[in-house]
Amino acid sequence: MTVLTRRRFLIGNTLGASALALTGCDGWDSGAEPGAVIRSAEIVTMKVQRFLQGRDALAREYAEADISLTFRVNGTSQPDNEDYAKLAEGRFASWRLKIDGLVDRPQELSLTDLKKLPARSQITRHDCVEGWSAIGKWTGVPLGSLLASIGLKPSARYAVFHCADELERTLDGSGRYYESIDLVDAFHPQTILAYAMNGENLSVGHGAPLRLRVERQLGYKQAKYIMRIEIVDSFASLWGGNGGFWEDRGYEWYAGI
Amino acid sequence: MSTDTQHLQPARRGETVLIPRHSVVTRLTHWVNVLCFSVLILSGLQIFNAYPRLHWGQVGADADPAFITIGASGGQGEPQGHLTIGSFSVPTTGILGLSREDGRWTPRAFPAWLTLPSYQDLAAGRRWHFFFAWLFVINGLVYIGNGILSGHFRRDLALHRHELAPRHLGREILDHAHLRFPQGDDARHYNALQKLTYIAVVAVLLPTMLLTGLTMSPGVDAAFPVLLDIFGGRQSARTIHFITASLLVLFVIVHLAMVILSGPWNNMRSMITGRYAVRQEGPDA
Repeated sequence: MTVLTRRRFLIGNTLGASALALTGCDGWDSGAEPGAVIRSAEIVTMKVQRFLQGRDALAREYAEADISLTFRVNGTSQPDNEDYAKLAEGRFASWRLKIDGLVDRPQELSLTDLKKLPARSQITRHDCVEGWSAIGKWTGVPLGSLLASIGLKPSARYAVFHCADELERTLDGSGRYYESIDLVDAFHPQTILAYAMNGENLSVGHGAPLRLRVERQLGYKQAKYIMRIEIVDSFASLWGGNGGFWEDRGYEWYAGI
Repeated sequence: MSTDTQHLQPARRGETVLIPRHSVVTRLTHWVNVLCFSVLILSGLQIFNAYPRLHWGQVGADADPAFITIGASGGQGEPQGHLTIGSFSVPTTGILGLSREDGRWTPRAFPAWLTLPSYQDLAAGRRWHFFFAWLFVINGLVYIGNGILSGHFRRDLALHRHELAPRHLGREILDHAHLRFPQGDDARHYNALQKLTYIAVVAVLLPTMLLTGLTMSPGVDAAFPVLLDIFGGRQSARTIHFITASLLVLFVIVHLAMVILSGPWNNMRSMITGRYAVRQEGPDA
């Protein structure tokens, strides 16, 4: 496999000499299955960025005046299922955030429970993988302190966010949105479970009742409509095995660039 | 490039001799650069296509004014591709905004033959872009390290005072415009226009490319927020990245034209084998 990949890489390089021939690489590096060599850049990027950032370097926070008048709603704008519709109808009073997996004390928290916890507000820039940006003010519970109070098992490595929206209609449910971050990001001071945007309850378009803000990464990591946080030691057995909806469709798991 | 010909056969006046011109490091890094640059441009256009609007400042999305847009407009009649800069719009159907993909008219900023992969696939475009960006940076560091340590920069790229005199520069510009290229001893060195161009590319355009690219990264911004101040925000950085890339494409076009006009075989040989043919001048050996 490795040998084959390297040979394909060399073939790719030879083709690369001319711009026209380059498009001939389409065949062996489609979004779903990019060559292993090409994929390796993600690991280098992540290691170097993590080294340069340290654990606690903060994303820039902006002033109230910088908040975007229009914040584009991206991905799902309205989860299309009955369960969610019922929750939304009841203004999420019966919604519960389930936190389970490799934790000492699994939890089911209501929106009121979350709002009683110490909150953090931050005005940050949202960077979409496509290239656009918008600034918004987010208020919510720091994920790190929540996880610390619940207690993590020693084998815990990732937090997986299971969401209510289905971004792609499939028979097996693999179009369900989910995301994952590691504990470095989970315990970053700006990583919050946001229930408010620009001083108001999160709208449905922006992920009501709860969405993730993980400010040193791109937009697709900021999972909306969070229903459950599962602490795992590996996400290999979940859906496509790449740790997220977009990751299963060829995008990098580490979305720092 | 070197003027050291002592170890070559003594040649007589008027005879053509092969002089060592490009070191092995220069040649290797040059060709790795050709590969990296090609992939970076084509995958960069793929990434651009995902959001073909350029803004200025920290933020910018569909609702915000853009000063460069490549798009397609339907309306009542036939759909049209257009490039809009400020309030000025030119129809570009067939190339920009609207072009044929697998025989079908498709709304896409840059056409299939200019993007990598040819079809719309942002994820794959990003993988290509970042892998070759790393290779490009490593290659650039090798080139710069070697250029400093070997004395290549000091010997061949540093400008002499007389080369910067307006009269000298004026004459070189005129010579280039008339396609009169240096012969004999003059052909052993880069001329002042070449030096200035290479310095602009190596010291200004390429570092700008790298830094504006990094400014678009939320991860790098957290580590070096000063980048946002230098370039005026993430969207400004994206715009500068695009404009600088366009300038580099312009450089490559002029560079290739000069290679062809000033002796394609001699130039190619010197960048492959390192040897460049010049007519011997000066006293007979």
